[in-house]
Amino acid sequence: MKVELQNLTKIFPSRNKKKGEPDVVAVNDFTFTIPDGKLVGLLGPSGCGKSTTLYMISGLQQPTSGRIFFGDEDVTDLSPVNRGIGLVFQNYALYPHMTVKQNILFPLQNLKGADKMTKEQMLQRAYEAARLVQIDELMDRKPSELSGGQQQRVAIARAIVKMPRVLLLDEPLSNLDARLRLQTREEIRRIQKETGITTVFVTHDQEEAMSISDLIVVMKLGVVQQVGKPQDIYDDPTNLFVAKFLGTPPINVFQGEVIGEKLYVGENAILDVKGVEDQPVTFAIRPEGFELNENGPLVCELSNVEVMGRDVSIISRHANAVSPIIRSIINADNKLDVSSTTVRYSLKPHKVFLFNAQTEERIYFN
Amino acid sequence: MKNENITEDSLVEQNAEPVLENQLPAEESIAPTAATKTVRRSFLDKVKFDSWKAWIYLLPALILLAVFTVWPIINTIRVAFLNDYNSLGEQGGETFQLGIGNFITILASGDDFRTALTNTLLICVITVPLSTILALLIAVALNSIKPLQKIYQTIFFLPYVTNSIAIGMVFAAVFDVVGDFAFPDLVQSWGFVNNILMKMGLDPVNWIDGLGDASYWPKMFVLIVYIIWNALPFKILILLGGLQSINKQYYEAAMIDSTPRWRVFTKITVPLLSPMLAYVLITGFIGGFKEYSSIIGIFGDDMAGGQLYTMVGFIYDALPDAQYGEASAAALILFAIIFVVTMINLWVSKKTTHY
Repeated sequence: MKVELQNLTKIFPSRNKKKGEPDVVAVNDFTFTIPDGKLVGLLGPSGCGKSTTLYMISGLQQPTSGRIFFGDEDVTDLSPVNRGIGLVFQNYALYPHMTVKQNILFPLQNLKGADKMTKEQMLQRAYEAARLVQIDELMDRKPSELSGGQQQRVAIARAIVKMPRVLLLDEPLSNLDARLRLQTREEIRRIQKETGITTVFVTHDQEEAMSISDLIVVMKLGVVQQVGKPQDIYDDPTNLFVAKFLGTPPINVFQGEVIGEKLYVGENAILDVKGVEDQPVTFAIRPEGFELNENGPLVCELSNVEVMGRDVSIISRHANAVSPIIRSIINADNKLDVSSTTVRYSLKPHKVFLFNAQTEERIYFN
Repeated sequence: MKNENITEDSLVEQNAEPVLENQLPAEESIAPTAATKTVRRSFLDKVKFDSWKAWIYLLPALILLAVFTVWPIINTIRVAFLNDYNSLGEQGGETFQLGIGNFITILASGDDFRTALTNTLLICVITVPLSTILALLIAVALNSIKPLQKIYQTIFFLPYVTNSIAIGMVFAAVFDVVGDFAFPDLVQSWGFVNNILMKMGLDPVNWIDGLGDASYWPKMFVLIVYIIWNALPFKILILLGGLQSINKQYYEAAMIDSTPRWRVFTKITVPLLSPMLAYVLITGFIGGFKEYSSIIGIFGDDMAGGQLYTMVGFIYDALPDAQYGEASAAALILFAIIFVVTMINLWVSKKTTHY
């Protein structure tokens, strides 16, 4: 099922108008089409409106303006009851007094009219869903007797058992520990692929979003920053925020200036930037964008080297860097003189991004 | 980003997890006993006699408790098992035989005790379930309205802070007939309820002052209405508190799953409220068994000529006649009944309650 969001806006009225507290615009003019059968990650820091967007798709919250379509059907005014969605809550909201089986059966028992099922059909469907998330051996346990990861899977089973048109996941991995998080995100990917249900999930963890999404929507303060495939967004961020938000370790940000189609940092011209007018710029270099070069134009003060086996991570400082440290990742085959006080780099041009110093919008160069 | 934060501890924990997952039930059955053991040991460790300072701080409270609670209980048991006990005689040096004479006397003496027992049981069986169901419905209704919720809450809570004797007198006015019921022409006021009955073309009922067996049910009706009404505020308060502590997400989840309202109520609200319901039921039964002051308030201190005797009424009535032995025996019987009923309650609620 294709999901279309048209100019979606959500404004939470000020709780204290008299004291001049402004209204909160949680989501601002969000237009986006989620293609059928894809897994889409809404990504952004807390307070960026990603959960609000999810809840508007679910119908638990009403948009202030804008429309929501499932396929060709306008569902904006439908209550969540009639939207045919599955929602996995951040803390799962499993009914604590019911067993896993009863939890999964619950949505089926609500079906009415033509959709009404016999007991056998319901059980069969419940077990199918349970097998899909691999919890069919835990059907008689209570949620309190399950680990976090198992509860998560029960919640997913409960959400998909009635074959929703759209599956929504609110911070699905945030309550899991690091290892389970890795495991479960693969799991979510697999379940989504097997069922083919259009899925939207919310996360503040860029790695999570990058690793499993077909498409990522990066949001900030209620405004969509960039939409695209994970790799495309990483390789081609539209502004400094997106560049900084994606990538581990984070991108290295510098202040510099373009003079005569050359990028200067301090006194040194470090890169040719054709087609860019003279202006002060903010630029950012991905950690993998550095190359050790004894005569390289970028001279940094070497502070530490972390060996990671395959790679080395070199931590250095530079007077024009915005971030306190510069972290570069270099293949371990490169030999670095650790006793030296400076390290010199040349740069891979496609790993360097230029941004307008004021607007922080991307400036493209050849 | 997150991976860097894994400490060694958490890694060990994670590695141990797959094993734990399969052992959960077993582990759970072991856990409580282990916990109680450690609690007990540490308790014994702490209660040493060198903690005399603590005992001195506790002394005033302990003395008061001993004099006004512990001793009376012991004395009640003692007196109940002394045949033909009388306190004047005891002070004069008379000794009494140990035995169950008092119990035999009250059980054999017949009507008064039997009336008291029947009335008490009737009151419990009728009022506790009814008031609990009503309180539940009102609490759910209160919880679902937004405007004026606080005001309604206050109104429903008023009976709780009002003296029960005063409320009893108001109830008497609502039901009572001023004048002689036998001479309708001389009646000054039929009372609120009778006026309504007569407006509807029905005969007035002598709610409070009737004589004879036929007047029992009208009186009982008044009493039951009063007790239910009086019991509501506390129960509403407890249940409303319970309702407000239920995670809203369960309702959102139910909404997403298109759950009909009635099913939300029976399958989600009631089970999640069950600890509060159990509490309200148990305290309700205990309160019901101790019903007394409301009857005095409505029907006067002869409790409608003994028709509305309750267990506590029977006990108090025995005191002016210095029948301490029989009063004590009755008190013990009441205690035994409450104990058994509470045990049954706990047993049932343990099976049905989700904590």
